[in-house]
Amino acid sequence: MTTFRTTLESGAFTVTAEIGPPRGADAEAIGRKVTPLRDWVAAVNITDNQGASVRLSSWAGSLLAMAAGVEPIMQLTCRDRNRIALQSELLGASAMGIPNVLVMTGDHPKFGDHASAKPVFDLDSVQLLWAARTMRDERRLLSGRALDPAPGWFLGAVENPSAPPAGFRAPRLGKKVAAGAQFVQTQYVFDVGGFRQWMSEVRDLGLHERCYILAGVGPISSLRALGHLERGVPGVQVPDAVARRLRGVPADRVAEEGISICAETISELRQIPGLAGVHVMAVGAEHRIPLILQRAGVRPLHDPRPAAEGAAAARAAVAGGG
Amino acid sequence: MISTAPKPVSPRATARSMYLLHHLLAPNAGYRRLAAWLEARPRLRRVFTAAEKEVKQELFGCQMCAQCALPSTGYACPMTCPKQLRNGPCGGVGADGSCEVYPAMRCVWLVAFERADRQGRSGDLLRLQRPIDHRLWGQSSWLNYWQGRDSNMWADADGRAAAS
Repeated sequence: MTTFRTTLESGAFTVTAEIGPPRGADAEAIGRKVTPLRDWVAAVNITDNQGASVRLSSWAGSLLAMAAGVEPIMQLTCRDRNRIALQSELLGASAMGIPNVLVMTGDHPKFGDHASAKPVFDLDSVQLLWAARTMRDERRLLSGRALDPAPGWFLGAVENPSAPPAGFRAPRLGKKVAAGAQFVQTQYVFDVGGFRQWMSEVRDLGLHERCYILAGVGPISSLRALGHLERGVPGVQVPDAVARRLRGVPADRVAEEGISICAETISELRQIPGLAGVHVMAVGAEHRIPLILQRAGVRPLHDPRPAAEGAAAARAAVAGGG
Repeated sequence: MISTAPKPVSPRATARSMYLLHHLLAPNAGYRRLAAWLEARPRLRRVFTAAEKEVKQELFGCQMCAQCALPSTGYACPMTCPKQLRNGPCGGVGADGSCEVYPAMRCVWLVAFERADRQGRSGDLLRLQRPIDHRLWGQSSWLNYWQGRDSNMWADADGRAAAS
């Protein structure tokens, strides 16, 4: 499984989706969420106790996604494990055939369901990227001990283009690229203008040529979700224009409006030079991702036919079926 | 010794004066001899370390990690970040510059960037800082500095980082 990497390398506009594992020993939930996305996304991120709340582990979730026929990107945070556990987890991921790993610092336990937990943060995200690259390319652990055989994942990172300090966000991505990041997925982009500015700084540093950049997007499906994003998610800012649009429609139309905004955002983002794709975070609304992509004019992954021909074939199939 | 709930601290000394002081305290044969002499005398070493702690806690909120990153961070201590990040701010900094964990406080990395930038030193923040050695907590970083024991703390981010 290297759909994600080959899609990026082909230059095609690449889509990934975020999948949160279940709170429970449920082996079916991941399959249920990823199966409808099989034809649409190159890979799914399996989150690592997202929001510092306990869920089924990201390595187990990644294996369940693979069993359902969708390539996983295993997320790994520095919040809950020291350098021994992190490196061990990385080796396990490679041995089990998990092809992509995305490392990040992680939300502070304060934001989760175990606020009393000890925050670990033994390494930061740059140090973990560096350690992972050294494990793979130089076959060494952080301690210097040799590894045999070396692991072989495609390494990813995250960045938040809209968080201060504005002048340091592109250079910070540069640090991650220097440390080993081959792809990066960003925090939610609602302000396309601000993101465009960040991308121009990224291009000035030449980072888009050394690292695939996927912009984070997602539909806001209710006013409650909007309130949560505005107040409850660190580092996320929802521009007034977006909030006004969502608050300006009847309650039963909010979800629909959220999908329209998301599709429009993707269409706008596609025009930005150097952008490799989008990462769709539709928590609780994963099944609507194909609809969002269709509206944004993104074609399914396994559809080599031109769009018009594909649509004609779909109509013929419907007519034949009727 | 290891603090699990550090809070961001805004330094009480100007970055400019600290860069000057750093220059004056740069390792040389004299400081190396002084460090070796102190290290051979456990009681004096304890007094020296306690004095360092006193001064740096007052000025920077020093946590005594013994691997001082201050010269790379505009003299704002990254160990006062609740996540103790050594390589820059996390993605949770508020639009107003607030720390995500302690919203009433300013992100220490934002303070670091502004202080370094004003002195033309923001490039220092691009250094790739290696993981710290947790065995050293409580030691004197000044003695480690003069003895050259912290010279491998970071690598330049030009292209691929140097191997450790």
